[in-house]
Amino acid sequence: MYEKDGEQYFIVDSHLHFWDASPENWVPGQEEYAKGFISCFHDYQSLGPPETHDTIEKFRKQTVEEFRRHVFDEGKVDFGILESTALKDWYAKGFNAVEQNAVLLDQFPGKLRVNGSFDPRNGEAGLQRLEQDAETYDLKGVKLYTAEWKGASRGWRLDDPAAIPYFEKCLELGITNIHVHKGPTIWPMDKDAFDVSDVDHVATDFQGLNFIIEHVGLPRIEDFCFMATQEPNVYAGLSVVTGGLMHARPRFFAKVMGELLFWVGEDKMLFGSDYGIWTPKWQIEGLLDWDYPDDTYSDFPRWTDASKRKVLGLNAAKLYGLDVPEHLRLAPDQGTPAAKDDAKLVSGGVL
Amino acid sequence: MSTADRVLEALGEVYDPELDEPITDLRFVTSCDVSPDGDVEVRLRLPTPQCAPNFAFLMVADARAAIVGVPGVRRVHVVLEDHYTGREINDAVDAEGGYEAAFPGEGTERVDALRSLFHRKALVARQWRVYERLIAAGERPGEVSSWVLAELPDGDADVRRCDELRRALGLDVRPEAPAFVRPDGSPIAAQDLDRWRRSGRLINTSLELNGGMCRQLLQNRHGLAPEEVHA
Repeated sequence: MYEKDGEQYFIVDSHLHFWDASPENWVPGQEEYAKGFISCFHDYQSLGPPETHDTIEKFRKQTVEEFRRHVFDEGKVDFGILESTALKDWYAKGFNAVEQNAVLLDQFPGKLRVNGSFDPRNGEAGLQRLEQDAETYDLKGVKLYTAEWKGASRGWRLDDPAAIPYFEKCLELGITNIHVHKGPTIWPMDKDAFDVSDVDHVATDFQGLNFIIEHVGLPRIEDFCFMATQEPNVYAGLSVVTGGLMHARPRFFAKVMGELLFWVGEDKMLFGSDYGIWTPKWQIEGLLDWDYPDDTYSDFPRWTDASKRKVLGLNAAKLYGLDVPEHLRLAPDQGTPAAKDDAKLVSGGVL
Repeated sequence: MSTADRVLEALGEVYDPELDEPITDLRFVTSCDVSPDGDVEVRLRLPTPQCAPNFAFLMVADARAAIVGVPGVRRVHVVLEDHYTGREINDAVDAEGGYEAAFPGEGTERVDALRSLFHRKALVARQWRVYERLIAAGERPGEVSSWVLAELPDGDADVRRCDELRRALGLDVRPEAPAFVRPDGSPIAAQDLDRWRRSGRLINTSLELNGGMCRQLLQNRHGLAPEEVHA
């Protein structure tokens, strides 16, 4: 629980990692990619405040002690969602595969949940694995990396026919939160990792699932905004938005926040630190302190106390069925919904 | 003006298809050499070796097409450096083959559709810039939105680029045509004005963000001195 100026906030960090990208875990022959991927993450860390930067050696492998300090002791996070990323082509034990993340569950009982993942290129075996994982880890969500390489394949799309049985399985198993990486290029993955057109199709076909678009399709936020404004079950995952822009590019951050608050709305935005890239503390404090820098932003929705409570915790608590203490909840009518009128003009007319 | 200068000038008319900025401004041109006989070799570089192959192809092919028409030029050789599909692209463009020649089975239609989508986005974003400058200069929103092309300020780079984009999209460019249009050429109705402005601003922010990222990546990759920030 975070306390500021006598006010208390319920904080959910919906995007945490616990990875091992140390050289001992690099797949022989794939060292260049294994090294490049984590180095690219490390470069992104430099966009945060200098006092939060790590050496590459330290950055490559997270520890339980550091996780406790950064997330719970200093970050004051009430509940965290661990996102899983296998990447077993490059990392022998996985980068932060579900079983690697799950090590933390026993360390911090009642404070963490782990999301699984799937890859439709694994066919029937992948479906069975998803079922097993759902049982083992009581999955309520998955994290999908459509840009992940597999053999000769350089990625997949959510609306590939092979992916449909997986979403049906998710519905059946009660895995309702589908986090999808749609964001900046991560070397050596392909650039089209941020194309969001496939989300549109599956969000329409699977109304019972929530699609949390991590990194909001940066830098092409207009594609994401035009799509999200029309799909009630599409959410904005703020990982990288806060970490990558709030400190390094504050004016861009203000523009992006304004656009998201207008098109997507404060009811459908979720804070995520993307730790171990960036620590949660400065991002949470920054979001609580944040406001538009000047009056050129006057026709964007305001960032109110209700907005902060929703985005920093209550929205994710709703998606994951978390029990929020009575005094930290909001009355149902508090806040400002997104502008929904005229969505048709956007899709049919502007482009 | 030397042939090399004329070639560089021609390259200034080649645009990154998505960012809608000249490849010369983006510092994508590494070198430009012209032999005494008029043989040209231009080398291009992109922010990452993984930049989308379709965009990369368009820029290399457009660069070649722009240089071929320059007076005094004999042979043209455009080389894309250090890109994971560089060989396919360079070979196809050298042989004057289309996109299909570089990436068989990938389909030219998708590239054309993508280029058209980027043109439409660029038109919305640039018209928005022109419009907002006029409002900032004291014009009234309701009146400006019904202006015709002849009323727009001369010598404005965005106005000039909008004209090119309208031509590329097959839209009306006569002086009496509406100055502010949707990408299908229809004028902006009064009740749609607010949403049109918001969309223009959003696309503009996206282009700025994207362009900023590309510049930063290119600068880091090639150890270039920082350039002045535009936005």
